[in-house]
Amino acid sequence: MVIREKYTVPKRFNTIAITLMVIGILAIVGLYATHGSKSDATSQARFWGSLLQNSVYFLLVVNAAMFFICALTLAWGGWQMSFRRVSEAISACVPVVGTICGVILLLICFGNNHEIYHWTDTEHVKEDAILNFKKGFLNKNFFAVMTVLTIVSWSLLGRKMRKLSQSIDNKPLNVEEGKKYIWNNTVWAAIYIVVFSLTVLSSIPWLWLMSIDAHWYSTMYSWYTFASTFVAGVALITLFVVFLKNNNYLELTNEEHLHDLGKFMFAFSIFWTYLWFSQFMLIWYANIPEETTYFKPRAQGMYSGIFWLMFIINFLAPLLIFMSRNSKRNYATLTFMSLLIIFGHWLDFFQMVFPGHQKEHVPMILWDFGVALGFVGLIMFVTARALSKAPLLAKNHPFIKESVIHHT
Amino acid sequence: MAVKKFITGSFYDEEVLFPAVKKIRRAGYKIHDVFTPFPIHGLDKAMGLRDTSLHTAGFIYGITGTATAVGFITWALTIDWQINFGGKPFFSLPAWIPIIFELTVLFAAVGMVLTFCYLCQLAPFVKKDHFNLRSTDDTFLMALECTDKTIEADAISFLESIGAVEVGVQYKETGWWLGRYDNDKKRFEKNVETAH
Repeated sequence: MVIREKYTVPKRFNTIAITLMVIGILAIVGLYATHGSKSDATSQARFWGSLLQNSVYFLLVVNAAMFFICALTLAWGGWQMSFRRVSEAISACVPVVGTICGVILLLICFGNNHEIYHWTDTEHVKEDAILNFKKGFLNKNFFAVMTVLTIVSWSLLGRKMRKLSQSIDNKPLNVEEGKKYIWNNTVWAAIYIVVFSLTVLSSIPWLWLMSIDAHWYSTMYSWYTFASTFVAGVALITLFVVFLKNNNYLELTNEEHLHDLGKFMFAFSIFWTYLWFSQFMLIWYANIPEETTYFKPRAQGMYSGIFWLMFIINFLAPLLIFMSRNSKRNYATLTFMSLLIIFGHWLDFFQMVFPGHQKEHVPMILWDFGVALGFVGLIMFVTARALSKAPLLAKNHPFIKESVIHHT
Repeated sequence: MAVKKFITGSFYDEEVLFPAVKKIRRAGYKIHDVFTPFPIHGLDKAMGLRDTSLHTAGFIYGITGTATAVGFITWALTIDWQINFGGKPFFSLPAWIPIIFELTVLFAAVGMVLTFCYLCQLAPFVKKDHFNLRSTDDTFLMALECTDKTIEADAISFLESIGAVEVGVQYKETGWWLGRYDNDKKRFEKNVETAH
């Protein structure tokens, strides 16, 4: 079997990616002209909210690819090796999307508009007993430090993992070196997981997203956000694997690997629903006004259409479609479901971000969709560039054989 | 029950068994089954077995469980005995989800176990006869089903040529039968004697 290690980005692919980015920029400009430049705070918040939703969502999604690598490394999941370069390339988007996201978050935090993060309004916080109580956590300095620290550490640790993987591309390892290499990988993956759990799995969604509804809180929120982005991250990996397979790359990856990716999507869709429902049911059951304010506009108010649509897309569709073995091994269903899941969790983020400050009416979602397309184009462009830079197969990795003979 | 004739051969090694299965199928013999002490990855594919329908049955049992739970709780709490829990509506679906889930799992699990036992013809007091008791311990056993066109000597020599040991002809009753393990034990003892 001839292995095509060198990936060359097709011209058409880059054209599509750049077109999407242009659409994204046009959407941002249009949104700024119609909302962001207006004088009333709600309109401005609508502009910044769109940037916040898209940048945070896509940052967490591309970062989930590195989490996928590290979690599988710790679990000795050797089956990922045949397509590991794909997840690595997706995680190479973290510094780029992270920079954009960090700039947007800091601009919102230190800007004059307090609609999105109304805890940034120091005058208001003095009068507000709840926000005053929370100000040890919800304050501008802590927010800025955490944001910068988080994005930098994700970028650096992801870079370290990628460098480790590429460092053995040209030197075959003997058994002793292999053991040492695996140990080294395990340690760095573990460090990444620790950082990940201190950020995505706890503090970061509280700061970036939950603090939009600053009076309300839920301890499940971060796990719920994590599940959301992890499913979408696995869906993104699947999309790229299917794309490369269709272009006759990744010879050693077959439907056995795709089957396992499908299982991940299936399982974590249900995990997401479990967390979603756990958060919802307790609040619904207790029916305490301070807690139900979060779900009132979402489940029953203006946003209920989006809310239930996203529930159908993210739970019922994966549950019923991914249940059978054949659908997880079929390229067409996998592609369709991956796109649907990425869109569904994007909707999930939409209803996380907007009801907190757009209380009059649901904003026109097409603008946000345009901004999302811009980020999709950016991710396509950066991922393809990263794919073309390193060989497509980590051929000297000690677990590569395990991946080649993998079957379910 | 009909009594069928089988030609059986044992294998001591997976690496002999896999090519043997392929060769037997290519030669056109009908494999009744291969008995192994533990599950072997890929053997089902090598033997050309179709996928099991057990999971379809599991899905149907699960749906039955869901329907049972939804139906019963709805009937009990909205029609038969309405109770006001903290001002919630009588039809409060979110509170029932955990029970609906549990009943789905219960029905699917119990149903699948029973179906599995039925498919494998396992039940209390039903005894299974073994071609070779060692296939529950450290040997792989392949049983070929004989038709009236099968030439016994040819099949035996072919099995031996592809690495089978202890090749022989056995007659077995098919399907369900009640019985004891006596026959097996006797044959096992006899085998030990002939080893001398």
